[in-house]
Amino acid sequence: MNQRQIPTIHPETRFYWDGARQGRLLLNSCPACDKAYFPPRPFCPTCGSRDVTVIEASGKGRLYSYVISHLPAPGYEPPFTVAVVQLEEGVKMVTNIVDCPAEPELLVLDMALEVTFESRGDVTVPQFRPAGGGT
Amino acid sequence: MSRASIAIVGAAESTRMGKVPELSQTGLHADAALNALTDCGLRPDDIDGVATGGHDVAEICQYLGITPTWYDGTSVGGCSFITLVRHAAAAIRQGLCTTVLITHGESGRSNNRNHRPIFPSMQQQEFESIYGPLIPPSRFTLPVLRKMKDDGLTLEQLAMVAVVQREWAAYHPRATARDPITVDDVLSSKMIAWPFRKLMCCLVSDGGGALILTSAERARDFPTKPVYLRGAGGESIEGPMISQMESFSSSKAFRVSGKAAFDSAGISHAEVDHLMIYDAFAHLPVYGLEDLGFVGRGEGGAFIAEGHTRPGGKLPLNTNGGGLSYMHSGMYGMYALQEAVRQMRGVSPGQVEGAKLSVVHGVGGMFSAAATVVMTTEDGW
Ligand SMILES: [Zn+2]
Repeated sequence: MNQRQIPTIHPETRFYWDGARQGRLLLNSCPACDKAYFPPRPFCPTCGSRDVTVIEASGKGRLYSYVISHLPAPGYEPPFTVAVVQLEEGVKMVTNIVDCPAEPELLVLDMALEVTFESRGDVTVPQFRPAGGGT
Repeated sequence: MSRASIAIVGAAESTRMGKVPELSQTGLHADAALNALTDCGLRPDDIDGVATGGHDVAEICQYLGITPTWYDGTSVGGCSFITLVRHAAAAIRQGLCTTVLITHGESGRSNNRNHRPIFPSMQQQEFESIYGPLIPPSRFTLPVLRKMKDDGLTLEQLAMVAVVQREWAAYHPRATARDPITVDDVLSSKMIAWPFRKLMCCLVSDGGGALILTSAERARDFPTKPVYLRGAGGESIEGPMISQMESFSSSKAFRVSGKAAFDSAGISHAEVDHLMIYDAFAHLPVYGLEDLGFVGRGEGGAFIAEGHTRPGGKLPLNTNGGGLSYMHSGMYGMYALQEAVRQMRGVSPGQVEGAKLSVVHGVGGMFSAAATVVMTTEDGW
């Protein structure tokens, strides 16, 4: 009960979680559109092409938006940060901000973030922290 | 000259609202349905179309003893009932049925129910809720800091949304929260999810509501004052993953739904006498005013803070007090519709003098879906 949620992994998203376990942030990308997209699926949501690839993201991004949740969530000690990071590759994704106190003064929109990884049992979950290893 | 083709002839909320521990969720649907039938002098067997959201429409039919020739169970969250109004109107126009009952019931507070009202999203679970935003206060609010930075929306303006709506709630004996509040009260209330404090978040209530629609032609035979639909309304979807919103400062679903409703009704913004925008949280009326085109991008917060939507203002908005002060069962859209019907009938405790045209806009599933309808007192235009 006090464990953080484990994602339910589906056949189409297995590569993403396998990548995370190896410390790599993998995204689907459409060569025709020259565009990465998220979350993973085996076709491009812009043009419908099934001819899509897997790319490794740089792991760099910026803090796009966030809340500091004072509400309980399994495995989390409030207050904690729920954020959206925009990756260099253009896609947005939800993350926590780790290695940084959950305080508005320290969480400035557009600040640089970098990917890190968190183990949850057998699954590894991508997380983001302030660039340069956090505070 | 266009003539109205569809009218709302029956409308009612559940007998009690707020805390209703003595009724199940199904019972709240039925209580509201029976009240709406009584309102317009019908019995369950006069109904041949049934629609509901967030609940099995088949159970509602059987519980009420109705064998419909048309049904709709569209469940996209709180705006489902606004969507269902336009679906029902289309079904009646198409001859699929003649008399539609739309029901809502939700035991949001007492939790006398055996399911949640919205389908879980596979990708939302896999890629978003694992980070802790499991419930609306920490998920629906995620875009707002971005909008504050990009559009200049301020905390004080968000607080004013709650302050102004409380002024409207004061008129309503059935509203849950009626005591006046100040910006300071809002900004010193309990922190829920920065930048949102408790008074910027909706109530959690039990309640129900129901509507009965038929053709405008038949509406004249009913004892109630008909409330006509103008145009076909609008609806759209952006999807359940909040991180995938195209813009965090504007809802694409709001824009598409609103434009369709305004175009179909052939109305201008200046003609609108009364407006309901689903407010689960204080930012939604701001997005709604901007995305429906009542004000420019980035102007919604100031528009409310300047008092234009308060009692006596030029654009009365959420005149029941909204989800922030009237009630919020979880899927509030039905109560926005009920207040618009009261306004068009001229019987709202917060009545806007002479109001003839009302726009009702709702959100569903936390920026996932949207729906808009236009109501009027006039049978032609
Ligand atoms: Zn493509």
